[in-house]
Amino acid sequence: MSKLNFAIRRTFQMVATLWVIATLLFAMFRAMPGDPTTYFVSEGMPPEAREQLIAQYGLDQPTHIQYIEFITSLATLELGISFHSGREVTGIIWLYLPNTLVLMLTAIAFAYTFGITFGVLAAWKRGETTEKGAVILALLQRSFPEFWVGLVVVGIFGAWLDVIPMSGMTSGDHRPESFLAMITSLDFLWHLIAPAAVFGFYLMGLPLLLMRNNMLEVLAEDFVDVCRAKGLSERKVMFKHAARNALLPIVTAAAVAIGYAVGGAILVETVFSWPGLGREMVRAVLRRDYPVAQGTFMLLATTVVFMNFVADLLYSWLDPRVVYE
Amino acid sequence: MSQGEGTRELFENLEGYDELDDVDSRKRAIRLWSETLSEQWAILREDKLVVFGVVTITFFGLVALLAPLLAPNPPTERMWEGAMIMQWENPLWYGGEGSYLLGTTAEGYDIFSQLIYGSRPALIVGLSAAVICAGTGTMVALVAGYYGGRVDDVLMRITDVAYGLPLLPSVILLVAMLGPSFLNVILAVCLLQWRASARVIRSQVLSIRERPYVQAAKVTGASDWRIISRHIAPNILPLTFLYGAFAIATGILTEAGVSFIGLGDPSQVSWGTMLQSAWTYNAMYHQAWWWFIPPGICIALVVISGFLIGRGYEEVTNPALRGNN
Repeated sequence: MSKLNFAIRRTFQMVATLWVIATLLFAMFRAMPGDPTTYFVSEGMPPEAREQLIAQYGLDQPTHIQYIEFITSLATLELGISFHSGREVTGIIWLYLPNTLVLMLTAIAFAYTFGITFGVLAAWKRGETTEKGAVILALLQRSFPEFWVGLVVVGIFGAWLDVIPMSGMTSGDHRPESFLAMITSLDFLWHLIAPAAVFGFYLMGLPLLLMRNNMLEVLAEDFVDVCRAKGLSERKVMFKHAARNALLPIVTAAAVAIGYAVGGAILVETVFSWPGLGREMVRAVLRRDYPVAQGTFMLLATTVVFMNFVADLLYSWLDPRVVYE
Repeated sequence: MSQGEGTRELFENLEGYDELDDVDSRKRAIRLWSETLSEQWAILREDKLVVFGVVTITFFGLVALLAPLLAPNPPTERMWEGAMIMQWENPLWYGGEGSYLLGTTAEGYDIFSQLIYGSRPALIVGLSAAVICAGTGTMVALVAGYYGGRVDDVLMRITDVAYGLPLLPSVILLVAMLGPSFLNVILAVCLLQWRASARVIRSQVLSIRERPYVQAAKVTGASDWRIISRHIAPNILPLTFLYGAFAIATGILTEAGVSFIGLGDPSQVSWGTMLQSAWTYNAMYHQAWWWFIPPGICIALVVISGFLIGRGYEEVTNPALRGNN
């Protein structure tokens, strides 16, 4: 099968997966206990006004009509209006998504820089303390809940040493005019360090262990011996020749990891009161704001499905040896 | 002539063996299983880290069982009358009044007792997630891998959809809809986490299905069920255990995360809800580290044990790993 065919088939599969997820989501929200209308329509409201509101949100329609409307509005990116604030859901997403992306991309950059380096070191110093240390580090970061690490960091650096802010994205008196002005301000970076480091630490285990395993495989290959025979320094052999060849699976793994990380940031965002998308989803779920919960969840799921798709394509593009049956 | 006699004798012996086998088939099965398991246990026991994991899990298991005897106070009983919320009691070794080993929370609950009772939900979630996830995944893998064709296609597309769902957001959504109870957290984790074992074990089944002994069993007319249960399942069992061990970690960490967000079972104390209340009352700011450090350590200890046992099983599955580490 040619690469183009594979890409086309994979695209269809991605759309089908998203459709199934959307359908599941629709079914789940209809099965939720409690009538959504009682939540946002206050008790004292006259019946006519109440009914008008219900009709406005389309909650009086038969289920199949609601379903068709739901799917078409998703396809046209019309995510409805928040029950809670009365604002457009797309607007809410645009407000919070950039905050999550900044946090996540910083954390990913941190995780992959250190993870890959430690992975190479672990393979290089196989059997020595360095390797044991790296593997134990990876084990620990997979075992401690990331929100607990966040609590400890806030406790030590925020309260005890008082070098980082306890929560939030900007200081109270600091009100930047635009997003760009905000993320380039020192105040923002000062707020970003702790959550990005904690989240990065959480994401670091995967690249570390993957890199170590790939390196061990690559180091057994002949060209490594040739490099050594040429008289290259061990450091050059490791980082310039072996590491480059071991990087491939990391790239695809990183694509998948980015997909999951957008949703995985929820807990870190909660601990540091970071106004991100995941935290907004949780708040919407807790106050039964269906449109916002649906919209944000669908976005998180789409990111995962899309990044899986990207990983599959990247894999064939980066490694010409991969052939699809 | 003599050769014919010999052949007949051979077949008679074979039949005799078969009869014996039938009579004692149950005993034989038990013997085979116990031999396999004790053989694997012997390999596992050599690894000190695995022993550490088993000992830790057993320790927490005993604590969970004996919680009412070990805990000095009921975990959900206020230690003072009157005000709902006040400054907490410090631990007795930190100048606190009363005899609380780790002090009390701001709502007046004995932290040490909560810590002991917290082992119950953690272990129940961990173990049931392990059994259900690994069990479901294995079933799906066996059926998909053995029957192949359309069955395989359908089951693997379902697995793809499960992979499209971000774990924590989906669990949060499900728990919010089904109601914040402990069983619902288990259910939500299990609905998603079977996917990993299903995909990996299926590929293993695909390879075992083509082995000569499976083909031979087919030729002799063994039923599908017999082939799956007798010839394929025992060979993938270590993989099932491996994924089960990893599911312990996912189960416990997810339960803690969901509780931390505030969707935990309100009737039960878990390490996650303890961390939630520590966070809510800003224990980090007041540096009441005895409040939020111990639950995190306990979570990590149980999770690490799961990983260590899993890693030990990986060596059983893949003998090439043995002795190198």
